[in-house]
Amino acid sequence: MDEVKAAVRRLIEENFFIGAGGIALADGDSFLDHHVLDSTGFLELIGHLEEAYGIKVKDDEMIPENLDSLDNVARFVARKRGA
Amino acid sequence: MSTPFIPGPHVFHLDWVAEADRIAKWIVDVLARRLHRRGLVVAISGGIDSSVCAALAVRAVGANKVFGLLMPERDSSAFSTGRGRELAAHLGIAHEIFDIAPTLEALGCYRHRDQAIRRVFPTYGDGWKNKIVIAGGLKGGINYFKLVVAGPDGTQQEARLPLKEYLQIVAATNFKQRIRKTMDYFHADRLNYAVVGTPNRLEYELGFFVKLGDGAADIKPIAHLYKTQVYAMARSLGLPEDICNAQPTTDTYSLAQGQDEFYFALPHAQMDLALWSSNHDVPAPVLGAALGLNESQARRVYDDISAKRRAAIYLHAAAETLGADKEENHLNAPVCTVGRTGGC
Repeated sequence: MDEVKAAVRRLIEENFFIGAGGIALADGDSFLDHHVLDSTGFLELIGHLEEAYGIKVKDDEMIPENLDSLDNVARFVARKRGA
Repeated sequence: MSTPFIPGPHVFHLDWVAEADRIAKWIVDVLARRLHRRGLVVAISGGIDSSVCAALAVRAVGANKVFGLLMPERDSSAFSTGRGRELAAHLGIAHEIFDIAPTLEALGCYRHRDQAIRRVFPTYGDGWKNKIVIAGGLKGGINYFKLVVAGPDGTQQEARLPLKEYLQIVAATNFKQRIRKTMDYFHADRLNYAVVGTPNRLEYELGFFVKLGDGAADIKPIAHLYKTQVYAMARSLGLPEDICNAQPTTDTYSLAQGQDEFYFALPHAQMDLALWSSNHDVPAPVLGAALGLNESQARRVYDDISAKRRAAIYLHAAAETLGADKEENHLNAPVCTVGRTGGC
């Protein structure tokens, strides 16, 4: 799970300039509430998850409980890979 | 005990004649004092917004100083040009019909779009139609876009759009608004006129326009009016019945596509109430009561409005500089909208 969190954190920091903006993102912070990801940002995140972990994110899985924080993403990926 | 205030269509009521006169006076004032142009170019789509803008332009400066442009392309509805012609005749303005399809073809608009579509639906080709629809957000999920295609026999298929394909389709279709704007400014320069932008308040505030496309203009006379108010204004101005009843569409994709499918996620009357409520700090449960939604659904509507406002910042922004536009603020003057006369 830590490996997924680190990879997603790197993706966000590199692609969305989060580090440059001085925003410190905790593992449980909501991407939406902190304005880290918009709708295209989530599409980018999903593309990364599908490519890096060989999973397929279904339409009904595009919910905040699965994707809206580093913790949620890590749990979601672990569940999908274990399924 | 007083009845709690629930926003409804009544909040949009204005004295329409007085408002039309106020806008017309403002247009003349801006042309004379700020823009120093002799008339107005209006791109006419056959929809309600551009029709009302053209009518207000005529009210302001007279029919002989308004030039209408109808610019259909391959995916335009036949109704658009028909209603545009009807409006030009009704208003008595000079106009030109210019088919932008060959220009779009030369630029690769259709080719780039279709390449991206075929990466999702490999059999897509001649005789097929397409549109993009928004999904997810108001059901409690995260907003995403679906590509819908219909084969020559009318059978529809849909799939979620990956980011790269979504961006390429939008980038390609944005050529349409940007080429139209290029033509607007050709005629504006030729005639020494200003260009009218036609967004209503929903579009202007929430960013439903193409940067340097339909978002570019010298004057935006209905950017302060909610869509409901634009319809009421159309009736007050005596526009033809089929224009007054025109439903909002994007007229950009080949399958029929309402604006609420593509961007707003709610029909315009509800979206108007939601935006008005957001602008007047109406609590989410009260908005919910007005729209027939529960509190969490109403909160999601407000969240969606906030997200769209954030996205609109980029669309409205002029080029950033390291202070070059701060010393003389007129160098980077905003587009003129009603209510911002002093600042533009």
